[in-house]
Amino acid sequence: MMGLLAAVTIRTRTATCETQNGFCPDWIAKHWTDYLDPMWQHLQLVVVSVAFGFVIGFTLGVMAHRRRWLVGPITGFTGVLYTIPSIALFTLLLPITGFGFRTAVIALTSYTLLIIFRNVVTGLANVPADALEAGRGMGLTQRQRLWRVEVPLALPEIYAGLRIATTTTVGLAALAFFAGAGGLGAQLMTDINFKSNIVLAGGLCVVLAVVLDLVLLGAERLTVRWEFVGR
Amino acid sequence: MIDRVLGTRSNGAVVNEPPHFQAPRASGVTAATLEFQHVAKTYAGAGEPAIEDLSLSVAAGEICVLVGPSGCGKTTAMRLVNRMIEMSSGDILLDGHTVRDRNTAELRREIGYAIQQVGLFPHLSVGENIATVPKLLGWPKDRIAARVNELLELIGLNPSDMAGRYPSQLSGGQRQRVGVARALAADPPLMLMDEPFGAIDPITRDRLQNEFLRLQGELRKTVVFVTHDIDEAIKMGDRIAILEKGGVLAQYATPAELLMRPASPFVADFVGADRALKRLALQRVRDVDLWRAPLAQVGESVAALSGRAREHDLPLVLLVDEVARPLRWLTAEQVAGDTVPEASGTTPFCVDADDILRDALSALLQHGVQYAPVVGPDGAVTGILSLELITQFLGGQAAGDVEEAPAAADRVLPA
Repeated sequence: MMGLLAAVTIRTRTATCETQNGFCPDWIAKHWTDYLDPMWQHLQLVVVSVAFGFVIGFTLGVMAHRRRWLVGPITGFTGVLYTIPSIALFTLLLPITGFGFRTAVIALTSYTLLIIFRNVVTGLANVPADALEAGRGMGLTQRQRLWRVEVPLALPEIYAGLRIATTTTVGLAALAFFAGAGGLGAQLMTDINFKSNIVLAGGLCVVLAVVLDLVLLGAERLTVRWEFVGR
Repeated sequence: MIDRVLGTRSNGAVVNEPPHFQAPRASGVTAATLEFQHVAKTYAGAGEPAIEDLSLSVAAGEICVLVGPSGCGKTTAMRLVNRMIEMSSGDILLDGHTVRDRNTAELRREIGYAIQQVGLFPHLSVGENIATVPKLLGWPKDRIAARVNELLELIGLNPSDMAGRYPSQLSGGQRQRVGVARALAADPPLMLMDEPFGAIDPITRDRLQNEFLRLQGELRKTVVFVTHDIDEAIKMGDRIAILEKGGVLAQYATPAELLMRPASPFVADFVGADRALKRLALQRVRDVDLWRAPLAQVGESVAALSGRAREHDLPLVLLVDEVARPLRWLTAEQVAGDTVPEASGTTPFCVDADDILRDALSALLQHGVQYAPVVGPDGAVTGILSLELITQFLGGQAAGDVEEAPAAADRVLPA
């Protein structure tokens, strides 16, 4: 276990508040900068994993949209990935991909696939049939219909999937230290019995999740304007 | 009179001269001919063919309405044209060229397509929706923008207000209009319209139909128009193709001929027992030889007036202003003096010369009057329409042979 935590600062408690394991604003004010690097690692884990997850999940979703028989098998496969306990997956991957960022990203990516894939498929399936019929009748090719009609109209559901995937990945990435990838989870484990540490590390996880969610919401507002117009 | 009203020639043959297309054909207008040649379509897995053997030709600039009961293959027939459905055998010629060896996407961009559900893209603004096909065709931006503005004006929507709106912000009627504008965007020589006014309330539908006919009067596109509503078919069609199950062409004729001479019991049944009344929808008030109005102006000599009034059965005299706009009816007592008095009363109920006869009849009955002054676009009286005239009109046609129709020449004066 200590090997996993080699990268983070181990602190000793000195002040009264700290020795009594209280909630110590002074300590937090003094030490919060120690958490910035782990938070940056955490953010990288989340963004890279969700980005990979989006590319793979979106590609699978588009494939399965054209070939409906693929929906079942892909849902099954990504569902199985989703249910593997993360610690078990890290352990399984360690001999293959080694210790560090890469292993963590592979595991975290695999957890985003089910959500993103399902939302892409549902979003594409919910595109109004009359719009597609009109598009076909006006001479849009299949590819043009996909990129100009189906994907834009599926965006609200795709964004919904991305937001869920991102939020859950922020939580799951707290376990990435098992794969040796650091993050706020590693910082949390430096002193799992110290309340101030837990509040600070855990609080930063929550802040990260909220900020990323707001970023995605903002992106949705910018790219899916038609959803937000007054009726 | 009958010749003009019915669009018949002296040999009795009915020619294609519907009342709403009287403007001369403009030259240089893009319209294509369309020809179905022994077209058949059997859907995979279906025992019966949807269309057995359909041959039909549509002249350039005509509205051809495909009408029939559900399952008659009318929509299938329409969708074969732009190859939304591929025909099993036979051929369809667009301007003399087969559609079979065309690239489907390119073919469809050349053919306007409007459907009942409209199918506007919810994520694109009204302007972007209309610009769809021009964009696909690679028109330059400024040309597209100009075209979008032009079309919005054409369908009566203010470009600066409407172009940026999303479809969800439009009323049903506005959506249908935008759908038609979008189909017209690239100035296609052929329009396919599948119940384009089907999903809206009757009042809006009536208005959109009139608007489209006005547009068509200018644009003169070749149009294939599918509907299940015979009244809409009669109103919109230059020619109507009535289809029976299996796409069998029961009759292909002008609305007037269809109503006068249904080719089979099926057609007669489909057209309806009220087909005599339906003919009233084919004619406008101005097409009828109206009675001459017994006009009088204030201060006129009654002696001169009574000489004129005797030409009519009308017991009343119509008081008009100096530009012949109707003021009120005067009774015999009111014109008993030397000159026409300035009697008080309400403005009489009038019929518009541009109204169709059916609406005019309805208005007469609704107001409980036997006759009413007809006014032109400038508000001046052009004549008198009476229930008697309408009855004669119907009776003349019901006789079947228009040549023998009683002309009532003693009463009908030249317009």
